[in-house]
Amino acid sequence: MIEIRNLSKTFDSVEALKNVSITIEDGDIFGIIGMSGAGKSTLVRTINMLEKPTDGTVLIDGVDLSLLSKKELREVRRNVTMIFQHFNLLQQRTCLKNVCFPLELIGVKKDEAEKKAMELLTLVGLPDKADSYPSQLSGGQQQRVAIARALATNPKVLLCDEATSALDPKTTAQILELIRKINKELNITVVVITHQMSVVEDVCNKVAILDQGEVKEQGLVTDIFSSPKSAAAKRLVFPDGASSIERGENEHRIRLIFNGSDTTNTPMIAKLAMECGIAANIIAANTKVIEGDTYGYMVLGITGTHETLGRAVDFIKSTGKIEVMEVPDDVQ
Amino acid sequence: MFNNVFSPEKIAEALDIFVTEFPLATWETFYVTFVATLFAVVIGLPIGVILATGDKKGVLPLPGWLYRVINIIINLLRSVPFLILMILVVPFTRLIVGTSIGTVASIVPLVIASFPFVARLCESSFREVNHDLIETAESMGSSPFQIIIKVLVPESVPSLISNMTIAITTILGYSAMSAAIGGGGLGKIAINYGYYRYKTLVMFIAVIFLILLVQLFQTIGDKLAKKADKRLL
Ligand SMILES: Nc1ncnc2c1ncn2[C@@H]1O[C@H](COP(=O)(O)OP(=O)(O)O)[C@@H](O)[C@H]1O
Ligand SMILES: [Mg+2]
Repeated sequence: MIEIRNLSKTFDSVEALKNVSITIEDGDIFGIIGMSGAGKSTLVRTINMLEKPTDGTVLIDGVDLSLLSKKELREVRRNVTMIFQHFNLLQQRTCLKNVCFPLELIGVKKDEAEKKAMELLTLVGLPDKADSYPSQLSGGQQQRVAIARALATNPKVLLCDEATSALDPKTTAQILELIRKINKELNITVVVITHQMSVVEDVCNKVAILDQGEVKEQGLVTDIFSSPKSAAAKRLVFPDGASSIERGENEHRIRLIFNGSDTTNTPMIAKLAMECGIAANIIAANTKVIEGDTYGYMVLGITGTHETLGRAVDFIKSTGKIEVMEVPDDVQ
Repeated sequence: MFNNVFSPEKIAEALDIFVTEFPLATWETFYVTFVATLFAVVIGLPIGVILATGDKKGVLPLPGWLYRVINIIINLLRSVPFLILMILVVPFTRLIVGTSIGTVASIVPLVIASFPFVARLCESSFREVNHDLIETAESMGSSPFQIIIKVLVPESVPSLISNMTIAITTILGYSAMSAAIGGGGLGKIAINYGYYRYKTLVMFIAVIFLILLVQLFQTIGDKLAKKADKRLL
């Protein structure tokens, strides 16, 4: 369990974090979302004390990190590892040697380290890239190697700082899939830092919304997405001002989330009209089609009774891998 | 003037000197340059590490005053002109080699003149390493020493090779100059025959050989740097 308590961090005059308190339970995939400059990186870096907080504490399994010596901190960092936006692989080492790196640091014998590294490269799906150099790999492959490296010391927590922000949506979905697998199969708690709502929607069970150094809202993803309360949360859930379009009488709004849904061959909105006789109004949409799969979200306005809404939702769900959430009335 | 330089008897004379003296002189220049560079790197590289990591926000911060003192000493040594430095270190050369004249003796001032330069070149190579990599190593629990050995140095190898190529060609130039106070090699031939005895053609040949050596070092250095860089695959 990670307990962040009343954490503040000030750089010179910039208050990057203000009295942040977050509890992350074992097994969580915890999202921390916020706009650029919100303090996300600073926050995640205090979890392994790369950044010393000005005030407040971080406890991991009850151990107060601020009380540890440098040497003890290095040990903690084997348990709380990290991946980054730009992968940060050593460019002059092969992939296998990159994965060996954290093992070398603790003096694991060469052949033992290489055996473990090979297992991890297999786990992330890149056993054939062992002898390649990072420059020969795509971004997604480099991030996989970075994940393998982060797993080398059998950590309990994996911190991901914008780990998918440099990747295209399809690769992002694959990396998030891998993160989910690691969380489930290896029982590793994951902290996902991102500015992309879709990432939180896809992979996180809990989320904290960080805005100008403050946590504005936190809780289960399903709760916050269906009824965001703070202004910051609303801005993130409806980034394109979807809520600014006045809602008609008896109009329900639903939010569709596409995570690689195979929908290109179905004219969904048209079919909804023809087969169910329900007219849907597109309030906002931000979708991309990559190699035949759709990513992004769409907000639809549907006028009618709750029963109409229910039929619409059922129909949409039947067309593919689409998540549907109702946008509550009080959200403007 | 050139009629005079290229007259048949001058050419015959130059050829004679070429055959009898150039092989040894070339070897001496090569050897002095190489050994001096080697020592300069052995001394300069660790100082380069200190310069690149010892500042307040560095990987291995030194006490502020100490870092400043090292910096100032390096700057001082670099600002003394080579010819004057050679003369200044004569007593020291005598102490180490037993004499201040000759090929071997010239290595001492060459090393002293070039290690501060090499230290700065190494510093700049280390500073080129992406800071994110250092932080990543820290996030994995690297000690400062491990960061230096496993990240800073290996990641800057291609840049170090390029910079050491600059160093070796500069030291080659210095070694030719050291002939002015008794060093051997091609510089000595150029000065003795060209300056003292007006055998201009011999001097030309010596200079051409020096140019060829610079080309050789540069070509090999460029090739090695490129081959070492795994970012260029
Ligand atoms: N080392 C630093 N020195 C000074 N200011 C910093 C430093 N790191 C971050 N900041 C400031 O703190 C704020 C939060 O930064 P950061 O945590 O990187 O945000 P995010 O990751 O959410 O984009 C920004 O205003 C940034 O300029
Ligand atoms: Mg950031």
